[in-house]
Amino acid sequence: MSLAAVVEQNVTMPEPSTTPVLEVSGATVRFGREVALDSVDLRIFAGEVHSIMGENGAGKSTLIKALTGAIALDAGVIRMDGEVVRIPSPLDAQRLGIGAVYQEIDLLPNLSVAENIVLGREPRRRGGIDWPAMRRIASALLAELGVTIDPASPLGSHSLAVQQLVAIARAISADLRVLVLDEPTSSLDADEVAELFRVIRDLTDRGVAVLFISHFLDQVYEIGDRITVLRGGALVGEYRTTELLRIELVQKMLGRAPVARMARRSADPDSTAPVALEGRGLRRGERLRDVDIRVHEAEVVGVAGLLGSGRTELARALAGVDTTDSGTLLVDGRPTTIRGPRRGIALGIVYSSEDRRAEGIIGELTVRENIALAIQAQRGVLHLMSRARQTELAASWIEALGIRTPSPEALAGTLSGGNQQKVMLARLLALAPRVLLLDEPTRGIDVGAKVEVQNLVGELAANGMSVVFISAELEEVLRVSTRIVVLRDGLLVASLPAEATSSESLLALVTQPDDGA
Amino acid sequence: MSGTTTAVRDIGTGMRRFVGRRVSWIPVFAALGILLVLMLAGQAYFGTFITPRVLSSLLLDNAYLLILAVGMTFVIITGGIDLSVGAVLAFTAMLGARLLSEGLPAVLVIPVMLLGGSLIGLLIGVLIQFFDVQPFIASLAGLFAARGLAFLVSLSSIKVEDPLILWLQTKLFYLDGWFLSPTGIIALLVVAAGALVLHFTRFGRTIYAIGGNEQSARLMGLPVVRTKLLAYVISGACAGLAGVVFTAYQGAGYPLNGVGTELDTIAAVVIGGTLLTGGSGYVLGSMIGVFVYGMIKTAISFLGAEQSWTRITIGALLLVFVVVQRVIVSRSNRR
Repeated sequence: MSLAAVVEQNVTMPEPSTTPVLEVSGATVRFGREVALDSVDLRIFAGEVHSIMGENGAGKSTLIKALTGAIALDAGVIRMDGEVVRIPSPLDAQRLGIGAVYQEIDLLPNLSVAENIVLGREPRRRGGIDWPAMRRIASALLAELGVTIDPASPLGSHSLAVQQLVAIARAISADLRVLVLDEPTSSLDADEVAELFRVIRDLTDRGVAVLFISHFLDQVYEIGDRITVLRGGALVGEYRTTELLRIELVQKMLGRAPVARMARRSADPDSTAPVALEGRGLRRGERLRDVDIRVHEAEVVGVAGLLGSGRTELARALAGVDTTDSGTLLVDGRPTTIRGPRRGIALGIVYSSEDRRAEGIIGELTVRENIALAIQAQRGVLHLMSRARQTELAASWIEALGIRTPSPEALAGTLSGGNQQKVMLARLLALAPRVLLLDEPTRGIDVGAKVEVQNLVGELAANGMSVVFISAELEEVLRVSTRIVVLRDGLLVASLPAEATSSESLLALVTQPDDGA
Repeated sequence: MSGTTTAVRDIGTGMRRFVGRRVSWIPVFAALGILLVLMLAGQAYFGTFITPRVLSSLLLDNAYLLILAVGMTFVIITGGIDLSVGAVLAFTAMLGARLLSEGLPAVLVIPVMLLGGSLIGLLIGVLIQFFDVQPFIASLAGLFAARGLAFLVSLSSIKVEDPLILWLQTKLFYLDGWFLSPTGIIALLVVAAGALVLHFTRFGRTIYAIGGNEQSARLMGLPVVRTKLLAYVISGACAGLAGVVFTAYQGAGYPLNGVGTELDTIAAVVIGGTLLTGGSGYVLGSMIGVFVYGMIKTAISFLGAEQSWTRITIGALLLVFVVVQRVIVSRSNRR
């Protein structure tokens, strides 16, 4: 019997019931003395897409984790179809029909696609796992999501987007009632997002309730029916998407009037200013094809492009983090080879990775240690900085960047995403660089922190630093940059002054092939 | 014409699919290749090397190592390590020899030996799982404890005269010049059981899941705690069983038995294609690893050279395999 057929059977009930399929009341979670979630209510109806919105630290993740059995509620009641349930473990959540796809795709790259989907409820035959049946079930579930891949292939051999769909296939079971998607789109490109939304609509048509968490407002408005806003661990309110203006939503999330859009920097890209860093004919496989780029002093060059356009490769090539197949780097007009970040740093060129967790912040070290790290590495072990000097350094950057941390001795891993990003920036800025290459510095951080980082970039450039700013959000690129270069399929297709560019024309450049324009 | 091209393309996709599904077997095939090369080279050099006699004694002489390697494979796939197995082997062997000399029947003593090994394994597992001790350290503690216990049982060797235990090694089933002892049969059964459990049970797949990403396995609702504990219990039980086999092999228990055996075991498992980082590996690979180890030992004794060359060769081979694994892992990461 096909599991897919069961899914079909059980969930054709698009009837909007009056009882929420899932209802939480008075949910409270404490971590030590800190209250992460303070008496929050949430209700989700069958067949709707419900978004939970809030800044980082608002309690979104905590709430989701409580619903999926990853952490326990200290107080509060969870009801399904009006009946009180307890969810002490992820397995219990699955049994109740609550499936979850977490932000970091939490599947197992070393196992096959089929196992990733079916493990935990695998079909058995004569006491053992029935592999052929397992592959059939996996294929059927994937087919429903419009994915045709070999279920016996290892998961790790597929792209992130496919892995995401595999994670969703795993969450779909015969009795799926609620599907939780935590930042499912943060590593997908536009096409893949469209594909995901098709799948979500498919599921809601069958009566599944989808809890959709994303910091992309556009996406929330495109797919969401209802929004619950959290702030500082407390409930702000529940709204219909159609009845809540974006500006109101942001206001509710921030709890203050949204920061006015940053005045676009009027300083035009002064081509007479000296060129601080130049790349000529940079090539790295198919990802970067003969790119020429100049970064003038005191300029913010925004790099716009989709995922895979070569934007990250460009930054890494400019910083010397990755070697190029061919091409020249010129620092102050002199040809230079930069092999490795150490040499780049010596020349005043620093790179901040898009992968904060893996290549940036060291969560087990304190804020002070994280900030002092790079400068200490540059000085070498023979010139140890005294503890007092480090503390002084950390304190000054904590103040300058407005890093919200209980103390310089707090572990960096305990800060919110936005503050971790600032710690990373502080570490790089402590090196007093001339060129700062920022790869998605605002990814996954909340709206308030985003604006602060953007403002900071503006200030740095005003003080003479050159910044290369990469972001997936075109609006942000427009807001921050003085000049914008557009990458597509590894080619640099345009270089324009930000002032004279509208978001529509930028979008067209980023997405459309030349002959279509 | 077009039919032919389609067929060719189908074969192409079929091939890619076949290879794509079996990437994790590549190191095992590499080990198998090494084993075959060793055998052919030995045959070419010595003239008579690949004989039923040599191959049969390969299993006979390495039965205990094979059993240890199966247990170790479970642990290493979870991403852990068990340094205690050599010492546990010595302890259970001493315990068994002592109990037998006190007049207890073998049918009672063997379960006690298995239980003793399992208990030390459980202890190591508890240290790792509930006290957050690194597997390296926890099993090192297990090593010292078991070695100490072995000396506590007796400082000198204890001879074993129990007929059942001796039968395990001395009874040989002959067939056309091939022979097989009960210890060899036990070892092969352990391999078969290990392979089946890893491939066909949820417990087995959870072992792989933990090695892939423990946190993810937990979020997927898999029984991580139980599985990890059980992996160390299995390794301990295998060490206990290896103690039985080793006692039969030596005809005595000696507290200094199996010094360094844990490292031989780990080497065999790694040469057999199990990733030290966890998540990938096969019991059958470990068996090949043990045979590679045994074959090198045999070849060196054929040469009449010092047995220390075994260690040196194994060390070099281990190095090569770890580098090869690194390359495979980094290549699949890049994709």
